[in-house]
Amino acid sequence: MAGIADRIGGGDLKGVIAKNGIFIAFIAFMIAFGFGSDKFLTFDNLESVVRSSAMIGVMALGVTIVVISGNLDLSVGSMLSFGTVMVVDLHDKIGPGPAIMVMMACVLLLGAVNGFLIGYVRLNSLIVTLGMLSAIQGLTLIYSGGKNVDVDPSTQDITWFRIFGRGEIAGIDMPIIIFFVLALIIGFIVAFTPYGRRVYAVGGNPTAAVFSGIRRSRVVFSTYLVSSFCVGIASVILGSRVMGSQNNVGQGYELLVLASVILGGTSLLGGSGSILKTVIGVLILGFIQNGLLLLGYPYFAQWIVTWIVIILAVWLDVAAKRGRLLSPIA
Amino acid sequence: MSEAKPVLRLESIVKTFPGVRALDGVDFEVRPGEVHALMGENGAGKSTLMKVLAGIYHPNEGRIMIDDRPVVMANPIEAKENGVILIHQELSLAEQMTVAENVFLGELPRSRWGFVDRKVLDERVGAILAKLNCDFGPRQRVGDLSIAKKQMVEIARALTHEAKVVVFDEPTASLTDAEKVVLFDVINDLKADGVGIVYISHRMEEIFTISDRITVLRDGTYRGTLIAAETNEDEITQLMIGRSLDYSRNVEHGELGDVALEVDGLSCGKLYHDVSFSVRAGEVVGFYGLVGAGRTEIAETLFGLREPSAGTIRLGGQKISINSPAEAIANGISLVPESRKEQGLVLGMNCRDNITLPQVDDMTAGPFVSNGAEIAIYDMYRDRLDIKAPSWRSLVGNLSGGNQQKIVIGKWLAMKPRVLIVDEPTRGIDVGSKAEIHNLIRELAHSGYAVIVISSEMPEILRVSDRVIAMYQGRIMREFTADEVNEDNLVQAISGIGNGKAA
Repeated sequence: MAGIADRIGGGDLKGVIAKNGIFIAFIAFMIAFGFGSDKFLTFDNLESVVRSSAMIGVMALGVTIVVISGNLDLSVGSMLSFGTVMVVDLHDKIGPGPAIMVMMACVLLLGAVNGFLIGYVRLNSLIVTLGMLSAIQGLTLIYSGGKNVDVDPSTQDITWFRIFGRGEIAGIDMPIIIFFVLALIIGFIVAFTPYGRRVYAVGGNPTAAVFSGIRRSRVVFSTYLVSSFCVGIASVILGSRVMGSQNNVGQGYELLVLASVILGGTSLLGGSGSILKTVIGVLILGFIQNGLLLLGYPYFAQWIVTWIVIILAVWLDVAAKRGRLLSPIA
Repeated sequence: MSEAKPVLRLESIVKTFPGVRALDGVDFEVRPGEVHALMGENGAGKSTLMKVLAGIYHPNEGRIMIDDRPVVMANPIEAKENGVILIHQELSLAEQMTVAENVFLGELPRSRWGFVDRKVLDERVGAILAKLNCDFGPRQRVGDLSIAKKQMVEIARALTHEAKVVVFDEPTASLTDAEKVVLFDVINDLKADGVGIVYISHRMEEIFTISDRITVLRDGTYRGTLIAAETNEDEITQLMIGRSLDYSRNVEHGELGDVALEVDGLSCGKLYHDVSFSVRAGEVVGFYGLVGAGRTEIAETLFGLREPSAGTIRLGGQKISINSPAEAIANGISLVPESRKEQGLVLGMNCRDNITLPQVDDMTAGPFVSNGAEIAIYDMYRDRLDIKAPSWRSLVGNLSGGNQQKIVIGKWLAMKPRVLIVDEPTRGIDVGSKAEIHNLIRELAHSGYAVIVISSEMPEILRVSDRVIAMYQGRIMREFTADEVNEDNLVQAISGIGNGKAA
């Protein structure tokens, strides 16, 4: 596993700090909150934080691949609304298994639309997925007729659909397990397979990738399939946990997801970053929000603090690279 | 002139970066009305010195004197105010704006109401353009101009300030011969006005055409200043690399094998017409012509990046159609592209991953890329091409131009192609690495590759080719064997003098 060390970086101490600032910040946060609140470092609290971050985390895994390949995906939030509404609505109508399959197919189709427009037509990903954000929200409202959906209360406790959000294995909540297993799988794909290498190459220099025989359009297309697949999984977790859904449940999630990816240190320029970093970004974001609540700050304080943390993370990253805080050029 | 007091003097400049002493006590001076060439291999410190001069880097030790007055230049704006202007290798113009707006960007003249005063702007810019003998007007959009004209816009921008020293960094890298002449006229005019010129270039013939004095750097140290009229290429080269180069043409014909590639009547829209040639295994065929003669476009067609409108391509006797680089690679065609940074390399990736990129699919152990197999390939081509990189983990972006080019060549050799196309193999590469790459191309042919070399540099074409194909405006004008080709008939053929396919 020499590869992991390469991705994390090595060398002199300053370099280690510059490259792994996010890990160090993570540990510092944990210690600081641990001192601030005696409830923070309890197993129950940690588990609840990770559980509530798992859904964002699952989506962030897919978005990380999109970002490494040099694009954005802002449609994941409304895609989550769509997927959750659909899987919950179909649950009673056609049964949990078919509901999941139909929903996954529809979500993958939406991802394919993104991928086609960005990969093959080569439109700007910001514009395409921003458009999809609103289009899918509209689709969701048409599908649900504007009403919220839920699973029949009498079946909620007996359907096997409940295991994804409410089940546990060896005392660990199912969403956490799904998140980490998926992170492991996608992390290995990104870091160690030829496919992952192509994603990095396309993000790092699309022209050189094409000149190396890589089919860039296909790679970009595939990243959106992965992203929508992850949204589908997140929809299953959310639907199963709540057993119902508002038709705008995913609103604003695209920003939290993107924030986690950036916070982890994956560059929006493409060509760098990793799944491991994103997992840490997701956890940091979750712990910050939880820590602030435990310290007695109101719920909305976390939005401001989240912003500050993201700006600081990106700023320090840039500053470490150029050796000074402000841009040296006018 | 030569006895005038220097307008600019750099004294014992030291600039260090973590772990590197990029400049180690370098002296340099420019007199008014002089063209002072700065030479050295890539990594010798030329760019660092110029960035110190332009206020982008700050020296750790040493003084910068302008008109005998020590100055500190904190940023490029202060450098400009001191009369030092840098014309970058990569142009930095706002493509969507007009010529006039670019020239006065940041200090546009304002009318009474605070709007841009177009009349004053056009007048002032028009006067500068006239001085430079430009055939375009102030209202033209910069994005529509050729590279040579964009460069003129950059120079015009330099002239809006009272320039004492103008630094040209590889200005001719993408110019045609005719455009070069215009540039040299402008430089001579500046010279006549008493401006000091610093001229950086890898091209020897230019250096001797344009410069009065030549200063050579090596490994960040000052190696000496020579008067151009009293020295020669060999002396400069020795100073630059610390040894003399073997420039002899080593075109010894190896055993020629079968015809590897045969192109018949290939055309692509307006880019080139009715192109026919063949390349045999063990042979280097050189394509020579001006920029825009269609050479690169032919290479791109063979590599599946362009669709031909007519004609056939045969590989090993078999007719094939190539619709993508992936198909070209599968057919055993490799292309070392014209621009290594834009097309050849993923600069943010390490050396090993760049070399194995085209074949990463075939290097797996189970579902994963095999670390060992990749390192084995990297080690093999590092040794074979003498790539100097700290380790396979080093980012390609941190290597010198010559080593970067070797990585690109290694990447394609590792594919074991039947036909290797090399487009501008030594653009922007120092003389030492140049000779190495030339020898390498010869060796490759010797070991049985069919090689196509495209180059705008005549000495390069003459040095490496077994046959030379001269192109002019999308057509093959003449084909020469190594014995018949010389500078004169080649120049004639590529400028459209003499008619059509003689010989």
